[in-house]
Amino acid sequence: MAVLDATLDTGLIAVPAAEPATSRTRRRAGTLFWIALAWIGLVVVAAAVANLLPIPSPTDIDMLGRRAGPSGEHWLGTDGLGRDEFSRLLFGARISLGVGVLAPIIGLAFGGTLGMLAGYFRGRFETLVAGGVDVVLAFPPLVLAMAVTAYLGQSIPNLILVLGFLGIPAFTRVARAATLSLTPREFVTAARAIGASHARILLRELLPNVALPLMAFFLLGVAVTIVVEGALSFLGLGVPPPAPSWGIMIGEGRESLDVAPMLAFLPAIAMFLTVLAFNLIGDTLRALTDPRPGAL
Amino acid sequence: MSLLSLEGLTVDLPTPRGNLRAVDGVDLALAAGQTLGIVGESGCGKTMLSRAILQLLPKRARVGGRVMFEGQDISKLRPDALRRLRGPALAVVFQDPMTSLNPVLTIGTQLVETLQAHLAVDGREAVRRGVELLAAVGIPAPEQRMGQYPHQLSGGMRQRVAIAIALSCEPRLLIADEPTTALDVTVQAQILDLLARETRRRHMAMILITHDLGVVAGRTDEVAVMYAGRIVERAPTRALFHGPRMPYTEALLAAIPKLDSAPHTRLPTIEGRPPDPTRRMPGCAFAPRCRYAEGDCVVGKPGLGPVDAGHEFACWHPR
Repeated sequence: MAVLDATLDTGLIAVPAAEPATSRTRRRAGTLFWIALAWIGLVVVAAAVANLLPIPSPTDIDMLGRRAGPSGEHWLGTDGLGRDEFSRLLFGARISLGVGVLAPIIGLAFGGTLGMLAGYFRGRFETLVAGGVDVVLAFPPLVLAMAVTAYLGQSIPNLILVLGFLGIPAFTRVARAATLSLTPREFVTAARAIGASHARILLRELLPNVALPLMAFFLLGVAVTIVVEGALSFLGLGVPPPAPSWGIMIGEGRESLDVAPMLAFLPAIAMFLTVLAFNLIGDTLRALTDPRPGAL
Repeated sequence: MSLLSLEGLTVDLPTPRGNLRAVDGVDLALAAGQTLGIVGESGCGKTMLSRAILQLLPKRARVGGRVMFEGQDISKLRPDALRRLRGPALAVVFQDPMTSLNPVLTIGTQLVETLQAHLAVDGREAVRRGVELLAAVGIPAPEQRMGQYPHQLSGGMRQRVAIAIALSCEPRLLIADEPTTALDVTVQAQILDLLARETRRRHMAMILITHDLGVVAGRTDEVAVMYAGRIVERAPTRALFHGPRMPYTEALLAAIPKLDSAPHTRLPTIEGRPPDPTRRMPGCAFAPRCRYAEGDCVVGKPGLGPVDAGHEFACWHPR
C-alpha cells in the first residue's frame, strides 16, 4: 500500500506534459542506409588521405610486373602497365567523386535558381528559360564534351564544367516544376498578404519546399555524373591520362578482359557500389528529412 | 473618415467563355474598429472582393474603381509601398489552414520571421512575442508548439496559428475569408469568438466573409449581402436579421433551418441557380429566381438606395 501511495504522489498526479515535438511516428533509417553511408564515408576518407597512405604511386609504371596478381607489395595486383591497382582505385575515387559531386553542384546552383525564378515569375522569363533548357537538352552531350576538350583542352576543371553545364536543364526542370506547383498554394498568397517581398517568398517560403526534391535529385545527379564521367573517360574524352579515374580504369581494363578481368571489374564494382550507395542515401534522406507525413 | 472605402469597385476576369465580371460596382465603407460581414453564396464574388481589397488578384484580372484605405487609393500604390502596408495595415486569414501555413517550416519560424520582417525586434524579443501571440489565440503550451510543424496541429489549432500570424503586426484591418468553413462545427464558434475578442481588444476593423448567415449574426456590426457580384442589401446586423428588405436576403434567412420547426418540415430553398457571370443582364440579377419579380425587374438594374439608419438595398419591389 505504501508503495502504491508513493507512486501516486509522485508520478500519477503529474499533469501530462504536452506532446513533445517527436511524437510523430519516428521514421527510421534502415540498415541498408547505414551500410551505404559507411561505404561512402570509407570511399571519401580513403580518397582524401590517399597520398598519405603507404601505398605505391598510382602512376609508377613497372613494365616487368604487368598484370601481376595480388601480393604484399601490390594488394590488388597491377594493371596492364604494371601500376598498382589498389592505389589507382583510391586515387581514382578522388577524381570520380570530385567530379561526381562538383558537377552536380554547378547544375544545382544554376539550374535550381533558374528553375525557381522561372516557376515563380512566369511570363517571358519562363518562356526564355524553358526554351534554353530545351536547346541544351537537344544538344548532343558527347559532341559538347568533344568540342570543349578540343578547344579548351582536356582537364578535370573542363570536365566538371561540361558535366555541370549538361546537368543544368534537369535541375531547372525539377526546380521549376516544384515551384509551379507550390506558388499557387495559399501559404504563398498568405505570405504576400502579410507583406513578404519576392525575395523573401522565394528564399523563405519556396526554397525550403523546393529543396527537398532538389536534394534528392542532387544525390541522383552525383550517381549519374560518376557514371557519365566514367563513360567519357572510357571514351578518352574525360580525365586526361595518366591520372586514374574509375572510368579510365574500366576502359584500360577492357583491353585485357580475357587475361585479367579483375582490372575492369574492380573499378566497375567500386563505381557500382558507390552509385548504389548515393541513390540509397538520397532516397532515405528525402524520406527522413521531409517534415510532411507521406509527402512527395 | 472611414478606414476603408470601396468606390465603384469592379473586377473582371477574362475566361475562355468571355469576360467574367466577378465584382460589379461595389461601394462600401468601413470605419476603424468596425466589423462588417459579407454574406453570399459560392461564386457571388465575395472572395474576389476580398482579394481586390488586398490587391492579391490573379495577374489577368482587371480592376476598376477605387480601393481607398486611410485616404489613399491602394490600387495605385507601387509594389514596395503596398508591401509595407500589408501586415501592419492589412492582414488576412484564409479559409483553409491546411494550406495557408508553410508545410516545411515550424510554427515558430513562420511567426518569428513575420514579426522580424515588420517590426524592429531582435530574435529573442520576436520569439517572446510569438509565444505571447500563440497564448493570446488560445494555444496551450505555446513554447512547445513553436517548434512544431503545421501537420502536427489540428485544423482548429492551425487556424489559430494563422490568426496569430495575421495579428502579429497589429493590422488595422483584418480580412477573414471564410475562416471557419474548413473547420469542425464545434471549433467554428471558438474561432469566431477569438476573432471577435481580438478585434475588440485591438480596436481592429474586420471584414468577415462567409456563406453562413449564422456566422455573422451577433458578431458583426453590419452585414452586406452579395449576389452576382453586387451588394444587394447592407444594414446593421440586427436590422438585417429583423427586417430584410431585399427578397434575396429574405430567402436566405428563410433557408436557415429552424430548431423549433416540426420534424420533416421541408427546408425552404431558393429555386434556380445564380446567373452566368459571363453574361451581362440588363435587369436585376436575382429576378429569374425572385418570387416577387415583375416586368420592370428584368428591364433595369435597381440601385443601392438608402431607406433608414444605414439600411440600403437594391430592389424595385422591396418587402
